[in-house]
Amino acid sequence: MNFMTPLDLSIPSQLTIALAPDLLLMGGAMILLLWAAWRPEGVRHQRTIGTACIALIALTAVVIGWFIYRNATATQGPIAVDRFRWIADLVLLLATAGTIALSMDYNEREGMMAPEAHVLILLASSGMMLLAAARDLMVVFLGIETMSVATYVLAGMNRRSPRAAESAMKYFLLGAFSTAFLLYGMALVYGATGATNISVIGDRAVQYGLTGSPLLLTGVALMIVGFGFKVAAAPFHMWAPDVYEGAPTPITAYMAAAVKAAAFAAFLRIWYEAFTPVYPSWHNAIWWLAAVTMAVGNIVALRQRDLKRLLAYSSIAHAGYLLVALTVNSAAGSEAFLFYAFVYTIATLGSFAVVVALGEAGERSLNVDDYAGLWTVRPWLAIAMAVFMLALLGFPVFGGAGFFAKWYVLKAALQVPSPHWKLAVVLVLTSVVSAGYYLYVVMVMFMRPRLAGAVVPARSRGLTGFVIAASAVLLIALGFFPERLVRLTRGSAPLSALSVPAASSSVPLPLTRPADR
Amino acid sequence: MEHYPLFYTFHFYLFGLVAVASAILFVTRRSPVSAAMWLVSTMFSLAALYVMLDAPFIGVIQVLVYAGAIMVVFLFVIMLLNLGQASEIADVRSQGWRLAAGLVGLALLAEIFALTRSSSVSGLTLAPGTAARAVNDAGAVGMVAGPLFTTYLLPFEITSVLLLAAIVGSVMIGKQRRAADAR
Repeated sequence: MNFMTPLDLSIPSQLTIALAPDLLLMGGAMILLLWAAWRPEGVRHQRTIGTACIALIALTAVVIGWFIYRNATATQGPIAVDRFRWIADLVLLLATAGTIALSMDYNEREGMMAPEAHVLILLASSGMMLLAAARDLMVVFLGIETMSVATYVLAGMNRRSPRAAESAMKYFLLGAFSTAFLLYGMALVYGATGATNISVIGDRAVQYGLTGSPLLLTGVALMIVGFGFKVAAAPFHMWAPDVYEGAPTPITAYMAAAVKAAAFAAFLRIWYEAFTPVYPSWHNAIWWLAAVTMAVGNIVALRQRDLKRLLAYSSIAHAGYLLVALTVNSAAGSEAFLFYAFVYTIATLGSFAVVVALGEAGERSLNVDDYAGLWTVRPWLAIAMAVFMLALLGFPVFGGAGFFAKWYVLKAALQVPSPHWKLAVVLVLTSVVSAGYYLYVVMVMFMRPRLAGAVVPARSRGLTGFVIAASAVLLIALGFFPERLVRLTRGSAPLSALSVPAASSSVPLPLTRPADR
Repeated sequence: MEHYPLFYTFHFYLFGLVAVASAILFVTRRSPVSAAMWLVSTMFSLAALYVMLDAPFIGVIQVLVYAGAIMVVFLFVIMLLNLGQASEIADVRSQGWRLAAGLVGLALLAEIFALTRSSSVSGLTLAPGTAARAVNDAGAVGMVAGPLFTTYLLPFEITSVLLLAAIVGSVMIGKQRRAADAR
């Protein structure tokens, strides 16, 4: 196939090519679904389906790699064909593969027999990939719904656990509530500009002088609330700790890593491409959202002793750091965002994998005190957990790429024409605060004696162990060679050609402007 | 402000008032069944308003899907859960929640007034009668079906994946309970 000329997305066959990875994942998921239902249920069948799902994800990743290699581009249409989409897809697929691997072990241990759960994770991921690609508000909405509907069910997958049922119910109600905000906002934006395509929205906002239109600004404000709920940014974060605590741990990892990254990818693309012309209007709102989220997430996390709740607040804090990259609204900001999302996803997945490995059947032993003296009984597990905690903290060398992730976000915040000094200070200060709970976990594992009567945790099962080891090694390796990932993310900014304060980084801006629909 | 014939204005106010009154009765009834019936009345009035806005197809779909299918399922759920008598369900809405809901309602009302006062941009507004002409040319169904299966084919197809995920999810939750009970 020749990618020298951009794909013309108004031609159905070329649109199909542009959607090849998504279609592969969706089609594969449907075949796997039939296979899952065909054979009688059993432990072996469940494992086979899980393995097939991971193989399908690997195949999709190969197709995406081919698109990156051929440097595919496209005219403006309902979906984007750019580096931002492909890298975000890879992050999402990595998190999905890790989640399925963890659930394969976890579901067996908890006695849950549901081979179709793995396929449901794939369907959620296809919604996420659409979110990363969406350049049309309708596709954004459908992507979010596909992702959310599947995740609501996955959160309540364990029918014997009342906490899981509560988690699923809360997640469902608040998810529906936030979707209503989002949809109302989208409707108002459509009412103001007469377009759902996000680059057309940006163009029309300038062309018709809509930058002060109350209809457009109310729409943007409502969409901020909707996305704020989806990415669990304070003050819209209340649901996250309860939902994360009650859901099965692999699904919690999935929600904290993949769901958040996917919602953020759409959030960033819409704000960069469509709402850059109204940047002065939303800048303050997102600025405060970022600052409050960083502060609330980190400070409340200090008081948590349940590891799943602690990681939930940590994920809220990280939403704040990612919002800093969104506030910046520059090419460097979007590159820093992708780098951060990649590192955060791996570290979150790894730390929840450790929680899976140590939680015994019925999800006990999740308190930080249960980790006391882990170093003496399971040294490798303790070392891996320390790496994940330090990576989330952003500690140099031992935290691997975590340090660079924060460094690039800081750099992006300070490199724009009007540097965000105050936000950078908040980021650094709250990171220092976060040492209070990340280092506490490390301290407990290495320096406290084992509690009297505490059982020695069983050896972690094969796949869980593999996910933990692979995540830790990947984090450390990226810490030594961050430029590999930087090179991959370079030139990935989904910036509108009308962009205001673009940083120095050279970004190939789209040369063709869309014809009005 | 263009001039509307008296016939049109009369029906607009008639159905508008019926819709608002039924909606108020819907949220104030204590018995779920009568609340559901008032909701049906609201849906029918809205369908009439859609027809008056030159969108007869949407009006018909409103009656078929909302007033018909969804409300029937709703009533089935009420019957299956045996919620027929008002005394059987405790009203969980406390005074504070009602107040908050009222405030949100007022805020939304104020927003609508503010938005209708903001002038729309001339380049983006359609000339009056555009919708009526399009219905005449393409037919009521064609006007919806045309864009749905050409311009918006991609979102339409994604919807099927969304529905598949919802069906698989509901089967999974329903099915697994039996497996767990059998254990």
